[in-house]
Amino acid sequence: MKLEVRDLGFHYPKQERMIFSDVSFGIDKGEVISILGTNGAGKSTLLNCMANLYRPIRGEILIDGRNLRDMRSKEVAKYIGYVPQVHNPAYAYSVLDFVVMGRTPYIGMFQTPKEGDYSAAEEALRCIGITHLIDKPYTEISGGERQMVTIARVLAQQPDVILLDEPTAHLDYGNQIRMTRLVRKLADSGYAVILTTHMPDHVIMLQDKVGILDHDGRFTFGKAEDILSDSLLSNLYSVDLKLVYIDEAKRDTCVPFAY
Amino acid sequence: MRSDIAGKISGRAASSAKYRMIMVCLVILLIGIFFLSLTVGRYSIPFFDSIAILLARVFPIEPAWTQTMEAVIFNLRLPRTIAAVLIGGGLALSGAAYQSMFKNPLVSPDLLGVSSGACIGASLAILYSMGPVIIQIWAFIGGIIAVSITVAVPRLMHNSSTLMLVLSGVIVGGLMSSIMGVIKYTADADTALAEMVYWAMGSLADVKMIDLYYIAPCILAAGFVLLLFRYRLNVLSLGEEEAKTLGVDVRNVRRIIIVCATLLTASAVCLAGTIGWVGLVIPHLGRMLVGPDNRKLLPAAVILGAVFMVMIDITARCLTSAELPLSIITGLIGAPFYFYLLIRQRASIT
Repeated sequence: MKLEVRDLGFHYPKQERMIFSDVSFGIDKGEVISILGTNGAGKSTLLNCMANLYRPIRGEILIDGRNLRDMRSKEVAKYIGYVPQVHNPAYAYSVLDFVVMGRTPYIGMFQTPKEGDYSAAEEALRCIGITHLIDKPYTEISGGERQMVTIARVLAQQPDVILLDEPTAHLDYGNQIRMTRLVRKLADSGYAVILTTHMPDHVIMLQDKVGILDHDGRFTFGKAEDILSDSLLSNLYSVDLKLVYIDEAKRDTCVPFAY
Repeated sequence: MRSDIAGKISGRAASSAKYRMIMVCLVILLIGIFFLSLTVGRYSIPFFDSIAILLARVFPIEPAWTQTMEAVIFNLRLPRTIAAVLIGGGLALSGAAYQSMFKNPLVSPDLLGVSSGACIGASLAILYSMGPVIIQIWAFIGGIIAVSITVAVPRLMHNSSTLMLVLSGVIVGGLMSSIMGVIKYTADADTALAEMVYWAMGSLADVKMIDLYYIAPCILAAGFVLLLFRYRLNVLSLGEEEAKTLGVDVRNVRRIIIVCATLLTASAVCLAGTIGWVGLVIPHLGRMLVGPDNRKLLPAAVILGAVFMVMIDITARCLTSAELPLSIITGLIGAPFYFYLLIRQRASIT
């Protein structure tokens, strides 16, 4: 499987200004791409285009050479799984019932999940290590647990590409680190992972590729270690930032320089 | 082997056993109340005679009852009881479907304006003295127009919140009741107006078998399709975008569900005018009993709605010598009951 994004451009209907344009990159199994950008730069919009929720104005998204535009949502869902940023549940489904909904693309229009689908859901919960939540109502677990459960749902979906919209946004510090580790683990087990984030440190920890979306809608793409620099990050966020090497952690970290 | 483990790590088996128990109890309750409805009223018929009279149509039973009894059952009580079952089950099912599809536990056929839209359509047809089939078609068209406006308003505002849809329903409801006012104002005060007002308040007293021949197939077909979509409704209840990323063809599935749920409501309106609260309260009651999973909720809501409606109809004909309109009783029972549900669920509604 290979996902390719070619010269993608998007603006909302009735708005002239392109949110982003000429976004091109590719991703293979086992890779992680983090997308950095300021608030309102269009990170989530880009992700929504890849999730087939928005239709790009220009350019194309190809899965193994097939255009996303020509595929039905059911087919797309077998390739691309999406973990939204916040999920406000309206109904108290049990965690198992929620995770098994990841099987929807494999279930016929009038069918209901079979035993095999439940096994896949349980396997996904086991893989993330949250089987203890299985019978809990989805409305009564914490935000961090909910995020984990949604990731379990995407695993039950068995896609090739997993899109995560700011997976660390609503998590406490410990959970942010654990989430970053989980993202790396998912990629190492063969998924292609694309996530948006506000934390340069998380990008560095993931040790893979980064795409930077600036306010003018330009997209810079490459290996994090090659691209991330003091000047790029300072320009992006309009504050003085410095990458400092930490001996104990054996990696760079991004620190505000003067404030 | 996997399923051995599966049974143990989740409480799924226990919960479906509980569901089966509840459904068996509900079905028995429905059968009981169905026959009760045949026996009580101004002319009372012994309970077992009513069963025997029904069975006599199929089995050769020596009649131990009067001709009047048989006439009362077949011409009056059986049609209205069947109508009550169809209306109650249909309204509850359509309410549950709307609530899941819009990811919004606060909506119902009345709150979305479907009932009043259907009422306008049917009233127009009555005004021009149309036949039953035309009345039903117009009720459906009115319902579809009303729900389309209600759904369009949040879209135009780019606001998909729970509250926005409810507000939009209030707007459409207000508009519809004004239009209804215009229709009533222009109707002939001596004939059409009285008929329309009485009908709109909801009564099963005049339901005949012949009415059911037109309407029952619509209710059964639309209900059947909604039940087929019960799992898709679970996925839709996560929200439009999530359902789409899970591979649901949201646009088309939503259309089918809106058409079926509206057809159910419009058919109920044709039989007995606007009957409020059933489509709002019964799905909530169902969720309390069997949980939010539409695979269990929809069948449970159908039976609960049917039981509720037959009970309301029994009350309507026994409470006072002149029959009370159904919508008055559903409101008197439904509103306080909904208040009680809100208190119980206050944690889960935001």
